[in-house]
Amino acid sequence: MRLLHYWRAMWGIIWRELWRFVTQRERFISALVRPLVWLFVFAAGFRAALGLAITPPYETYILYEVYITPGLIGMIQLFNGMQSSLSMVYDREMGSMRILMVCPLPRWFLLLSKLLAGTGVSILQVYVFLAIAWLYDIQAPWQGYLWLAPALLLTGLMLGALGLLLSSFIKQLENFAGVMNFVIFPMFFMSTALYPLWKMKESSELLYHLAHYNPFSQAVELIRFALYGQFNSQTFIYTLLAFIVFMAAAIIGYNPSKGMMMRKGGA
Amino acid sequence: MNSSAALSVEDLSFSYGGKKALSQVNFKIQPGECTILLGPNGAGKSTLFSLVTRLYDTRDGRIELCGFDIKRQTLLALARLGVVFQQTTLDMDLTVMQNLRYHTALHGMSRKQATQRIQQELERLAMYDRRSEKVRQLNGGHRRRVEIARALLHKPSVLLLDEPTVGLDVPSRLSIVEYVHRLAVEEKLAVLWASHLIDEIYPGDHLIVLDKGQVKANGTVDDVLKVTKTPTIKDAFYVLTQGEQA
Repeated sequence: MRLLHYWRAMWGIIWRELWRFVTQRERFISALVRPLVWLFVFAAGFRAALGLAITPPYETYILYEVYITPGLIGMIQLFNGMQSSLSMVYDREMGSMRILMVCPLPRWFLLLSKLLAGTGVSILQVYVFLAIAWLYDIQAPWQGYLWLAPALLLTGLMLGALGLLLSSFIKQLENFAGVMNFVIFPMFFMSTALYPLWKMKESSELLYHLAHYNPFSQAVELIRFALYGQFNSQTFIYTLLAFIVFMAAAIIGYNPSKGMMMRKGGA
Repeated sequence: MNSSAALSVEDLSFSYGGKKALSQVNFKIQPGECTILLGPNGAGKSTLFSLVTRLYDTRDGRIELCGFDIKRQTLLALARLGVVFQQTTLDMDLTVMQNLRYHTALHGMSRKQATQRIQQELERLAMYDRRSEKVRQLNGGHRRRVEIARALLHKPSVLLLDEPTVGLDVPSRLSIVEYVHRLAVEEKLAVLWASHLIDEIYPGDHLIVLDKGQVKANGTVDDVLKVTKTPTIKDAFYVLTQGEQA
């Protein structure tokens, strides 16, 4: 009976998030426009400037658009994770987060459900993006599209947990601009999303190390390998560990006796 | 501690950093009793609500809901609690039905049971015909009714209302006040209603006056009038809070 309660609550939270996403057409479109602009404009412009050597999982020379696609998938999930955290701050200011927090289920479970819901939304976005990319001739082997789903689940959870952690620190909605400047942009640009690691090593050793240990890079590489039907255990473990660390910290952040809620004087 | 009390607060103190928000608060609420928590702005009403709903941690003192300690038996205690917060907590882009279904899911109710309970509660508040409308389309009074219906779906023993009539017109306000008072009697519900509006108090109500984090009076309306030697609650409140505006 208790398990059924958990199941119903989790499904209720996921359903609400998916429903909100598909009914908010502007949000759906803007989530797609961002990576598509990067793909059609930025990547097309960079194609000539950036030469790429053959690196795994690619077995041949590839166009820059092909290289950047997993990075843009990561970007979708990164923005979605932050968007979820933005909506948590908004919910907290508006009060609807309170309804969730006073229901008779453990807080860690509620946060995990919220995270799964956000990840579900990001996976939906990614597949729509890939469908458009397919029409643009960026095509992966069909098995890749299947392998991608579990990889996206993990990377989405990891980036969502990071967003959740940040939302437990952000007191007001206005502070979200700071997250953009100090988290999203550095994470995205200091990663393998736009250029491979070896290319970075050529210009700066420090940048190379920062990018290498950036969890976002590891997530992007996990996605890259999965999209070509390959499993990369190193990136998988790194992403999994990052998820565990971020999630544990977020749970502490939302714990009424240990976390930030008391200091903020709001829930 | 009295196990028959629906809500029991004992020696409760709370501080924000060095600033004391509640100091040695004690009271009990019995089933079927409507208790009005009266206090000026900043008296500690919202802090008390945040502690009872476990949004804040109870460090000094003890809170029990139907005999369950909110700190140690949190989930059992929260299952017996219905809350209407001061700010609206409905999702504006969802329909009334979708909002209520979300709440029933969080409380683990089956679809059949949820459908039945939603119909019962909405019919009681004459809102069933509007179940398919988006909350955004409802006026403030109707949104409040939906929130009260939602708080009752899982049949709680204790209902907390944090200034639920703020910003409503007089007819909406009166109808909500009347409805909640009736609920307390008919459903044997223990109601804790935070307010700063004196006309929301009925003669048979229990009254707690909170000021600067301390309980200044705790008893029936008659008890409070007797203790303060005043003819009206307004005067009693004035005496107890040393002239502060309710």
